[in-house]
Amino acid sequence: MNGFWVMLRREMAMAWGRGGGPLLALTFFVATATLLPLAVGASPARLAAVAPGSAWLALALASLLSLERLFERDYEDGTLDLLALGPVPLEAVAFAKGLAQWLTNGAPLALAAPVVAVALGAELRLVPLIFVSALIGGLGLAFTGGIGAALSLGSKRGGVLIAVLVLPLFAPPVIFGAGAIEAFAGGLDWHPALGLLAAYGLAAAALGPFAMAAACRNALS
Amino acid sequence: MFQALANPQRFMDFSRWAAPLVGIIAAILIAIGLWLTFTVPEDYQQGDTVRMMFIHVPAAYMAMFCYACLGGASFMGLVFRHSLADAAGRACAPLGAGFTFLALVTGSLWGRPMWGTWWVWDARMTSVLVLFLLYIGYMALQAAIDDEVKAARAASILALVGLINLPIIKFSVDWWNTLHQPASVFRAGGPTMPPAYLWPLALMAIGYMALFGSLWMVRVRSEVWRKRANSLALQAAG
Repeated sequence: MNGFWVMLRREMAMAWGRGGGPLLALTFFVATATLLPLAVGASPARLAAVAPGSAWLALALASLLSLERLFERDYEDGTLDLLALGPVPLEAVAFAKGLAQWLTNGAPLALAAPVVAVALGAELRLVPLIFVSALIGGLGLAFTGGIGAALSLGSKRGGVLIAVLVLPLFAPPVIFGAGAIEAFAGGLDWHPALGLLAAYGLAAAALGPFAMAAACRNALS
Repeated sequence: MFQALANPQRFMDFSRWAAPLVGIIAAILIAIGLWLTFTVPEDYQQGDTVRMMFIHVPAAYMAMFCYACLGGASFMGLVFRHSLADAAGRACAPLGAGFTFLALVTGSLWGRPMWGTWWVWDARMTSVLVLFLLYIGYMALQAAIDDEVKAARAASILALVGLINLPIIKFSVDWWNTLHQPASVFRAGGPTMPPAYLWPLALMAIGYMALFGSLWMVRVRSEVWRKRANSLALQAAG
């Protein structure tokens, strides 16, 4: 357990430490959202209708950004070999990486999501739910994305490949996350959608590390 | 049967005659199916466009069947580390993607006269599109890793992740569709299909299945040959 916390702290420090970390993802998130009014027109009525959904779309894209470095850096400098030999099982290492990805990328993005959505014209009463759904959804996005990151280790074009592998798997969280907000905005019951979103995130966090560890072992073999 | 065929030499002996035989069966079934397709009476609502069904429905069915085969081959490859299972997965993916693409294209062509639009974001079409993307992801991953064994294993892990995710995606897309309540573009279909339509549909479905089986064997055979050629080239290079 001790080793796990050391790993988590290390991952958090590395995520914040190099290359701006979450700031880059945040900037990308805002930049993507900026293009939306330019693409569909700035009329408030039209924008407000798609604001929560677009915030979720931009969120899913922004959470792809830092995935490329999640395993790649440790793979390149040999750290991953040492981790595979070390006392902490590779599954726990993968879980720590996924958790760190969620805390350092998902959480800041979740904080920014309501701001972006409101700027696009979402109603203020949606703000808490947008934050909560982005935070819970981030868990699923981080662990599903981690699988793609681990699988593309040793490949020639990591970033685009991860996006191609992972984006189809992002369909359920995007549906449930945006669905909860839409249901709430429409005066419907939004609890089931949020519950399903949480279920997806927890299932991804529980099963994802096994796939990540298997992919890492394969890349190291 | 799988146990016996896991031996590459035995598989090669078996598929040497099985692949052409199944291919001939596929050709006969599809020929009869196509002939019936163009001779069945028109549907009283859909008119001539009903003939699209016999091309489209079996393709959509095969799109899912191929992914199940891909998942099965990936599982065998990962658990038993068998090179033939890796070859089977590698050989299966483009076929599955082809059937999925055929289903999407024919569905779109059928949708144009029937619904007045090429594409509707309805639950089934959306999940078939996601399935297509999963196939593409599998092939892209396999192509991007140089080491063949590693590429096969990474792709196998992805196929299994996709296999677990497919029901979730299907469920979520269905759920999303009920949330949005789209304009009902589907005509209420008849409760039962007349036998005149059932026969060509069944023949085409079995014909597609046989076609897939035959092509799969041919592709696995060529994978085995390619590996042999590679190892011979390495030997020759000394």
